[in-house]
Amino acid sequence: MISVEVKNLVKNYGSTEAVKGVSFTVNSGEIFGLIGPNGAGKTTALRVVSTLLQITSGSVNILGIDLRKKPDEIRKLISYLPEDAGAYKNLTGRAYLRFIANFFEKNTQEIVSLGIEIANLGDKIDDKVDTYSKGMKRRLLVGRALMINPKLAILDEPTSGLDVISAQEIRKIIKNTAMRGTAVLLSSHNMLEVEYLCDRIALIAEGKIVEEGKPKFLMDKYSANNIEEVFVQVVK
Amino acid sequence: MSALGNIIKKELKELLTLSTIIPVIIIALIFGTIGSSMEGIQEGFQEEPILGYINEDDNNLSRIATSYIENNSDVVFLSSDIADKQYGLEEIKQKEGLALIVIKENFSREILNDSRGEIEVYWIMKGAGIFDSISSEVVERIIGSLNSEISKFLIENNTTVNASIALWPTSRLDTTYFKDRVIELSPGTIAGMLSTQSTFIPIVIMMLIIFSGQMIISSMAMEKENKTLETLLTLPVKRTSIVTGKIAASASIGLLFAVIYMIGMSNYFQGFQMSGMLNLADYDLILTSQDFILVGISLFITLIAALALCMLLGTFAKNYKSAQTLVFPVTMLAMIPMFITMFVDFDTLPLAIKGFLFAIPFSHPMMAPRALIFNDYLLVIGGIIYVSLFAFVMIILVVWVFKTDRLLTGSVKRNRFSIFKKRK
Repeated sequence: MISVEVKNLVKNYGSTEAVKGVSFTVNSGEIFGLIGPNGAGKTTALRVVSTLLQITSGSVNILGIDLRKKPDEIRKLISYLPEDAGAYKNLTGRAYLRFIANFFEKNTQEIVSLGIEIANLGDKIDDKVDTYSKGMKRRLLVGRALMINPKLAILDEPTSGLDVISAQEIRKIIKNTAMRGTAVLLSSHNMLEVEYLCDRIALIAEGKIVEEGKPKFLMDKYSANNIEEVFVQVVK
Repeated sequence: MSALGNIIKKELKELLTLSTIIPVIIIALIFGTIGSSMEGIQEGFQEEPILGYINEDDNNLSRIATSYIENNSDVVFLSSDIADKQYGLEEIKQKEGLALIVIKENFSREILNDSRGEIEVYWIMKGAGIFDSISSEVVERIIGSLNSEISKFLIENNTTVNASIALWPTSRLDTTYFKDRVIELSPGTIAGMLSTQSTFIPIVIMMLIIFSGQMIISSMAMEKENKTLETLLTLPVKRTSIVTGKIAASASIGLLFAVIYMIGMSNYFQGFQMSGMLNLADYDLILTSQDFILVGISLFITLIAALALCMLLGTFAKNYKSAQTLVFPVTMLAMIPMFITMFVDFDTLPLAIKGFLFAIPFSHPMMAPRALIFNDYLLVIGGIIYVSLFAFVMIILVVWVFKTDRLLTGSVKRNRFSIFKKRK
């Protein structure tokens, strides 16, 4: 079942074209990766899908709902984790998760419990966010993004700033979330992560998708040993 | 370049931007303007005041008074009959004069009989601002000197009046016509009694607006700086709820401040109403409980307007530092009416400045207490309606900005304003 359908998406900032007619789909339970060099338009595309930026032209449909027409409805279905997201410093980790959970018409306590489980911060969950390390903060934010079991999780560099062990834990959590039926749209610079996590990937350069397919298919197509080699060949 | 020079250059580049220089220039201009106004007032202080004069006493002592008044003022109305008083007052009002001085029939005889000769002064008071009362000081000076002239005459001519009368031969009876009110006090005393409206209230309101404004601009800036805004905007919550929530929270705090302020102001007034020999209630120069409610409404609506304007400005803030700069326009909009209402009465302003002052939403709670004392409900209620509309428009604009990309991309071009642009 198609969860996300992006068709000819164009996003301009004034006279600058950041995204130039991008199209892709993400199925429910699938992890779809957008990979590209800095400034390629990955984050812009994710921000448009997450209702933060307005569409210049083209369309985005999430579970059949037109994003342009019903952004408020879309926000009930998605969860977005920006690359450099932060949390309210004066709140404790638990209070922050509760604050976010209160926006959803579900059992708040269940949501918060799942968030605490995903964040896996132990007793630190009751400390103020201000005292957290970068890695702890990221884990809290991943917990925040996935605790609501969204229909679509949009994750921009989900393991950014995490140590190897924490990053691995987060990857497992993302996999498990997808297995529960959530469509995951992510961007990453970490090619190993992409190869491990994504069912399908799209390589984006200068605002356009230049290649798309399953990681194995792309590696075969470009006779590459890993996605990093594919990335280098395609982007060059 | 040396390491020190390199650091200095970097620091200057960061600190010396147009947004830091403009506030300094504007403050310098404001002080310059105040200085010029003071100069103008000092010049006015040296000019001969426009007066009316009625002398019913055709004797030597009153002739001294007549001669002194004629030599030191511009007498636009002259009579020897008290029955002409009303006509004289109209004449003086028309010619923008300051007072009608009346020497009563038995003036000289009373002094020579060891009583003080009575001088009646009918003042035309135009405003209760600090600057407004300065012109009456010129007349006060003339009356004081006139007293000295008579005293000098009595001493030089070895009259038999007792010493205390010879040293201070006149007494004064003041009646002031001010905003359709007749008050048996001099303009200086009235202005002194109303000084709370002239100085204390505008300063407190200015501080309240700046403090609340800074709170909400900083809140927006912190959302951006801490990268929490993007998350907030993707949650299932309407933009209007985010805007309303932020304004309502800040307004609640603002309301709390307003209540504390109102209690303080009420106590402050009560203290002054019974201070010294004067009871403001005797002269009907007090606010009723309904007036206090109107002042409270005016203040609260103004706070909402200020918060909505600040939130609009806050959407342009990139971080906490830039938020401090964005508070500046609000500071200016609070300081300008503060200075104007402190120094000049709204009624005495030229029409253009009246319009300008009315257009600044923060002026209204500053002007409201004095206006209500003199039953100018039109100004206060009109002000509340205008500020409510202003606040409504601001909120609509903020919601609109929240629905556009500007909220996230608005600060992209910030570096355009840097003085030290990168060389291409």
